[in-house]
Amino acid sequence: MSTIYILWLRQLKRYFRSKSRIIGSLAQPLLFLLALGYGFGAVFQKAGEGSYINFLAPGVIGMSIIFTSIFSGMEIIWDRQFGFLKETLVAPVSRFNIMLGRTLGGATVATLQGIIVFLISFIAGFHPYNWALVPALILVMMLVALLFTALGTMIASLLDDMQGFQLIVNFLVMPLFFLSGALFPLEGLPKIIDILAKIDPLSYGIDAFRALLINVSHFGLSTDLIVLGAVTFVFLSLGSYFFSKIQI
Amino acid sequence: MSIIEVKNLTKQFGDFKAVEDVSFNVAEGEIFAFLGPNGAGKSTTIKILTTLLSSTSGEIKLNGYNPIKNPDAVRHSFGIVFQDPSLDDELTAYENMEFHGVLYGIPGKLRKERIEHLLNFVELWDRRNNLVKEFSGGMKRRLEIARGLLHHPKIFFLDEPTLGLDPQTRKHMWDYLKELNRTEKITVFFTTHYIEEAENIAQRVAIIDHGKIVALGTPQELKEKNNSNSLEEAFLSLTGKTIRDEEASSTDRLRTRRRAWTRK
Repeated sequence: MSTIYILWLRQLKRYFRSKSRIIGSLAQPLLFLLALGYGFGAVFQKAGEGSYINFLAPGVIGMSIIFTSIFSGMEIIWDRQFGFLKETLVAPVSRFNIMLGRTLGGATVATLQGIIVFLISFIAGFHPYNWALVPALILVMMLVALLFTALGTMIASLLDDMQGFQLIVNFLVMPLFFLSGALFPLEGLPKIIDILAKIDPLSYGIDAFRALLINVSHFGLSTDLIVLGAVTFVFLSLGSYFFSKIQI
Repeated sequence: MSIIEVKNLTKQFGDFKAVEDVSFNVAEGEIFAFLGPNGAGKSTTIKILTTLLSSTSGEIKLNGYNPIKNPDAVRHSFGIVFQDPSLDDELTAYENMEFHGVLYGIPGKLRKERIEHLLNFVELWDRRNNLVKEFSGGMKRRLEIARGLLHHPKIFFLDEPTLGLDPQTRKHMWDYLKELNRTEKITVFFTTHYIEEAENIAQRVAIIDHGKIVALGTPQELKEKNNSNSLEEAFLSLTGKTIRDEEASSTDRLRTRRRAWTRK
């Protein structure tokens, strides 16, 4: 238990100490909200879909969570590079607990980031339809964050060094984000995009955010939660398996 | 009594035998140097002894425990200073110690006392609240020594601990370690490329080359056996004078990039 706690705490300390990282990671969501939100707002409205800012804000929250989570998970590569990973691997604690502590820490950081973006979206004119659902929203954010941090851990355990990092960003993180319905409604899509969106776990995360924030849902909240829970379980299991196989 | 027992240890990577039929014992309280050219099998042996790598065959016991069957008992028995720094740069010196103490299950009050004692011992107590990234190479090494000792290990592994340090810091470091060895009877197992360090400090020396032990004994014995004036001469006559090139592993690539990225 204390192992999980100290690894969790370490992730949080590292996060709060890198002010530039916090600020830097908020610029992108803000830009998306303002440029896309207002840029496409009129077209969206004319198409009879209502306020684009309201539609977009949950998507941008999802974006900041997926980016922060996957990168937090992948911090293991940096720890390997800076030698710190060895310090944890020779300690008399189980690798599963190490993995779990790190992943929970990364997920907490990503959730905090998501909450900040949620607050920022008010600047762009967003407001949730029912404030009483905000605690539930934060719980779902944690679930989504956990899912993608576990995915990041899994990838990092399989990669030797940072060589593959750009590849992962371009061929995994970007597609996961763009195909998730963060930016557009999932109704009436071409078959192939529809299938890809259904495979993408982030689609269910963002759909759940919309259900809780603007009372609009494509899959239905219970489907979202079942899919997110199941995928999180699978990624956590695979993540801890691959993490236990790391050789220095 | 032997605190480290290695019998017929072999580690094979594919067709390549990194360590082949290696046997040696280290007595409790001994200072033991493990020498060899690059790629001779030193690091592989240390990784196997410290539970980071499994062996292909052979028998090992550390403090009476088998690293495969009883890894946690083995891990409690040793402390280690790795070849590369393994501190968290974004944490303070104190927090790095605290992290280690929690991982090793040292209860709160005792942990505090020991951290204070050890940070004083390596003369870093005044800098305890500084982030490690502000530390010099020598300070980092001292902090790693303090950290490695926090859980009172019986065996202390040091993999090229003096690499890149100036002579003053090196002397200081060995003074610490000799002091520890004298007062706490801690067993010191170290590797180095500075052969004179081994000659001056180690009670016994093993030389490994091409995965096999080629010599084992006191520095005096090795010099006499090879008709050499210094251990370095003996080392060169045993291992030859050709330069060994290791193939760059992914870790080496990381190290190179890391050097390019860090300012110091």
